[in-house]
Amino acid sequence: MRERKQPLFHLVKRSELPAKYAWMIRLLSLLAAMLVGALIFLLLGSNPVKAYGEILSGALGRESARQRVVNIAVPLLGVALAIAPCFKMKFWNIGAEGQITVGAIGATFFALTFGGKYGLFAGKEPSLLLLLMMALGSMLCGAFWALIPAFFRAKWGTNETLFTLMMNYIAIGIVKWLQGGPWEGKPGSQIIPNFHASALLPKVFGVHIGWIVVLVLTVLIFVYMRYTKHGYEIAVLGESTNTARYAGMNVAWITVRTMLLSGAISGLVGFMIVSGANRTLYYGVAGGVGFTAITVAWLAQLNPFAMIVISLLLAVLSKGAGNLETVMGIPTSISDIITGIILMFMLASEFFIRYRLVRSHKESKEAKKA
Amino acid sequence: MTFLDAAVALIFNAILNGAPLMFGTMGEILTEKSGNLNLGVEGMMYMGGAFGIAGAYYYGRMAGENASGALAILIALLFAFLAGAFGALIYSFLTITLRTNQNVTGLALAILGTGAGQFLGEYMRIREGGYVAVSIALKDQFQNPVFPAFLQNIPVIGKIVFGHNLFVYLGIVIAVLMTVYFKKTRWGLNLRAVGESPATADAAGINVNRYKYLATVIGGGISAIGGMVYIMTIAGGVWNHEGLAGEGWLAVALVIFCLWRPLNALWGSALFGALMILYMRVHLPIPDEIYKILPYVVTVVVLVITSMRRKKEDHPPESLGNAYFREER
Amino acid sequence: MDTTCAVRMEEVTKTFGPVVANDRVTLEIRKGEILSLLGENGSGKTTLMNMLAGLYFPDSGRIFVNGKEATIASPKDAFAHGIGMIHQHFKLVNVLSAAENVVLGLEGGALLDIREVSRKIREIAEKYGFSVDPAKKVYDMSVSEKQTLEIIKLLYRGAEVLILDEPTAVLTPQETEKLFDVLRVMKKDGKAIVIITHKLHEVTSLADRVAVLRRGTFVGEVAIGETDAAELTNMMVGRQVSLNIDRSEPENTAPRLKITDLTVVDDEGVTKLDHVNFTAFGGEILGIAGVAGSGQKELLESIAGLCPVKSGEILYTPEGKKPSNLVGKTPMQIKSAGVAMAFVPEDRLGMGLVGGMGMVGNMMLRSWREGGGAFVHHKDPNALAKKVMDELEVVTPDVNYPVRRLSGGNVQKVLVGREIATAPSVLMSAYAVRGLDINTSYTIYNLMNQQKKNGVAVIFVGEDLDVLLELCDRILVLYDGKVSGIADARTVTKEEVGMMMTHLGKGGEADA
Repeated sequence: MRERKQPLFHLVKRSELPAKYAWMIRLLSLLAAMLVGALIFLLLGSNPVKAYGEILSGALGRESARQRVVNIAVPLLGVALAIAPCFKMKFWNIGAEGQITVGAIGATFFALTFGGKYGLFAGKEPSLLLLLMMALGSMLCGAFWALIPAFFRAKWGTNETLFTLMMNYIAIGIVKWLQGGPWEGKPGSQIIPNFHASALLPKVFGVHIGWIVVLVLTVLIFVYMRYTKHGYEIAVLGESTNTARYAGMNVAWITVRTMLLSGAISGLVGFMIVSGANRTLYYGVAGGVGFTAITVAWLAQLNPFAMIVISLLLAVLSKGAGNLETVMGIPTSISDIITGIILMFMLASEFFIRYRLVRSHKESKEAKKA
Repeated sequence: MTFLDAAVALIFNAILNGAPLMFGTMGEILTEKSGNLNLGVEGMMYMGGAFGIAGAYYYGRMAGENASGALAILIALLFAFLAGAFGALIYSFLTITLRTNQNVTGLALAILGTGAGQFLGEYMRIREGGYVAVSIALKDQFQNPVFPAFLQNIPVIGKIVFGHNLFVYLGIVIAVLMTVYFKKTRWGLNLRAVGESPATADAAGINVNRYKYLATVIGGGISAIGGMVYIMTIAGGVWNHEGLAGEGWLAVALVIFCLWRPLNALWGSALFGALMILYMRVHLPIPDEIYKILPYVVTVVVLVITSMRRKKEDHPPESLGNAYFREER
Repeated sequence: MDTTCAVRMEEVTKTFGPVVANDRVTLEIRKGEILSLLGENGSGKTTLMNMLAGLYFPDSGRIFVNGKEATIASPKDAFAHGIGMIHQHFKLVNVLSAAENVVLGLEGGALLDIREVSRKIREIAEKYGFSVDPAKKVYDMSVSEKQTLEIIKLLYRGAEVLILDEPTAVLTPQETEKLFDVLRVMKKDGKAIVIITHKLHEVTSLADRVAVLRRGTFVGEVAIGETDAAELTNMMVGRQVSLNIDRSEPENTAPRLKITDLTVVDDEGVTKLDHVNFTAFGGEILGIAGVAGSGQKELLESIAGLCPVKSGEILYTPEGKKPSNLVGKTPMQIKSAGVAMAFVPEDRLGMGLVGGMGMVGNMMLRSWREGGGAFVHHKDPNALAKKVMDELEVVTPDVNYPVRRLSGGNVQKVLVGREIATAPSVLMSAYAVRGLDINTSYTIYNLMNQQKKNGVAVIFVGEDLDVLLELCDRILVLYDGKVSGIADARTVTKEEVGMMMTHLGKGGEADA
């Protein structure tokens, strides 16, 4: 009798890996990714140990570098937090890039309209009132931008992945238009003038105050997802739409509401970028943060505290790689390659956390032969 | 310049500017037909662009005076294709075999690919002392029209029909082949079934994973050729990171706009190409930048309308974005 | 008539973990004959046939096709042996046409001649009396058209043995007649046909021979001319087995739920419940019997407000309150009025439980809205989860351990325990002991009895007649969406209930 074809290995779902081991596997995959990165350095004829050393010293060596790292990590963390509830709900919002940009537009509107004007905002110090207006404006704009795809998804089931993706480019296009049109500073410059001092976020320990805001947000989102009714609804809906209906939840409204929240936070991040870091608005304001943050959120298993670690890690890489070009003649974009490799490896690690490869055992084969 | 001349020039340039998109879109159509939503097109096009020019440039330097245009084109095509296919292979391994989330993996590929492409571009620039451009003779081989002059001189249609570089016609051939593949062949039918309902395909004895891998890897390769076409024709054989930015995302949009049909990608890419350059040629009281977002706005409208109309043929492949694995019992 | 053997299964055994689905079954399928495979739910009919279709592989036993021993390890192998099966869930691609679905996955030349395929399909259709449009897309098809397409798919692949798993469950009576006509033509053509069913009248009107399975074992086979419905029913349900389930006399019964002319029609236009009338009393357990798909699910869901009601009334009278009609109320309103439902679907999870959450999270599914403020109140669900865990002896490492990872029995305990904990005045449970071991089953029976003593109207949908006969006070039997009869569980015999399950009794209008 012909033996049934059987693969050498088969997959077994792990019962439950203790969190400790799960994080160990993730750490191992991070190391593996860095080994592959080391290979690339070797290929380029550079010493990988030196290269990694340069990355570390470039990112953490000096105070100003450390501040820069935090500056990079803040928007990453903020947007990862914004995305977490959507992804928990299995609503694939990849439109954070656009929501950041539109939020930045909202903030810039207030900064340009009121900054340095009307006596009230003419001082040399940041104006709390103006900053609050900018924050509110950015959140409203971001929320509105997120509402559009959410509405169509809730109403007609329009594919949200593709929709939110398109919204990114529309938002960026609007900024390009503003830059060269209504908000252009010196005619022909295609540049929006720098914000007045009253519209700039104050600094704490050398970094704009946004870092405190996102840390507070981390706690808030953690509490929101874990302890509130909204968070519970999101979790149930993410598991099964049917169960959510069965429990009497309003699926459409939860979808829209969560996207409003997500868009508002992304918008707020946009405000922090223009007011805290860039001091002006230009079309690259989001600069891929919306995309990278998705991977941050996902790799952190949507755990807000883990997002802090991962966004810092990516920020260190990104800042430190800048050092490589000057010191070792390796282009800065090596950081994107290493980031990409790390993301790939850590994504792959989830598989080994969930499944176990088991050698197909003999008994079952014999039983089948019989 | 008469109105007719202007119109001809516009259409000609629209097709030229749309050609990279055409490849990007067709590759992604093939990928999405298998149920894989690979958002890494931008990354693969970057890789295709960088490796394509690297191949042509180093071949040109090695061959010196005797460089053959045909060989240079072949090398550029091959390098670009392999670079994109490699990126897509990583994506396939993660999403199909390791069952990772397609959105996140695609974005990771976009990051990795743009990084790799940009890195290679800059690295070559640093090594070659500031400027990397293929020789003018070779560049012409990429850019020159393939048809003889007398055909191009036919009034009006001559330039539009016969005036393009090789890649435009290659794209048309691929689109026709893909359409025949989807509509007329057994494997095309099987592939569509895999993207629509992998469980059904599996039950019918189709090797779901093999189809997904092949479609995604070949699709990635085709998309990447688009990046090379951009660098070698529109950018004039010089690595141009700024110019290439966004092409991949536009290609993802165009896939939706085309309703997953390769033949639509032909005129769709020309239309999107036209919208990209329209502001330079037609002066309407609309700001330039608003023109440029029109492709995205139109795509959103198409997306919304198809979801409202519920006409099944116009929908994305039903299992797009979902991992498939047989129920283990 | 040519009645040579097409397929022979010898001593075939299949187990799933500890459950023996088929125990040394020997069965013969003959050419030019329609064999009906009869048995209750869970008697192993589908599993047995799935082994012929290549979905499962037997643990032991042998299969012969046309006298030669065969190994069937995949659907492809089955096709190669000329065996095809039509499952209850159709395997079709919606956006493809009929013809495209037919050739899907077939080997052959690269180019596809769809016109030739269509011609062949029309030929097959003409031969057997189908009506089919090869160019029609599946999403435009009715259920019966899809079924026709599935049959054509098999015939196109040259199937000589066709297995149909409860083909009439989704069809209207007219469509059923049409299907039967086609099957008769195919039989004349020399095909071997197996139809899995538990509708007796279909067996007698269509089949030539009946094989009966009970609890995974082969009970026997008879030619249709030599038997009658009573004998078949007895073979199917078996002798009554004593289970010694405690049963107290109902006390202080009062009408709690009065259902009048309840009619439910599904999306496909098939009538699922047809003028159902009955009253459920507080302080008693009303059993609901019936073969699978007789309307049990729709009955419970329409009471719970989850399923749209076409006509009829559900009058609910909570203790000491005025009666109100539940039709038109939202599931939430019905729940808070005191109607609880614990429906254990075939996959156990799905509706009613969130697999990724622990017991606490699942307890909250009922109470998450309670309490003021934005926060969910973890304390009560936490206490409740602990209570359910202790009282029902749920085996879990922690009350926050995802229920998806618990064993089936424990999942069910969580579900039933939660519903009981809401202190309902109507408790509906469906298949509460599905797949449970003996001890756990008794725990659940005790819970039901406890509720009955507390004056709750318990509605218990079950599969096992022995359990229904010993646990319930009255048994309502559903047949094809109608009430076939309502009997006193203390006096009725298993055979009588079995007859009502397979025939429409006179009880359509009966109301005890």
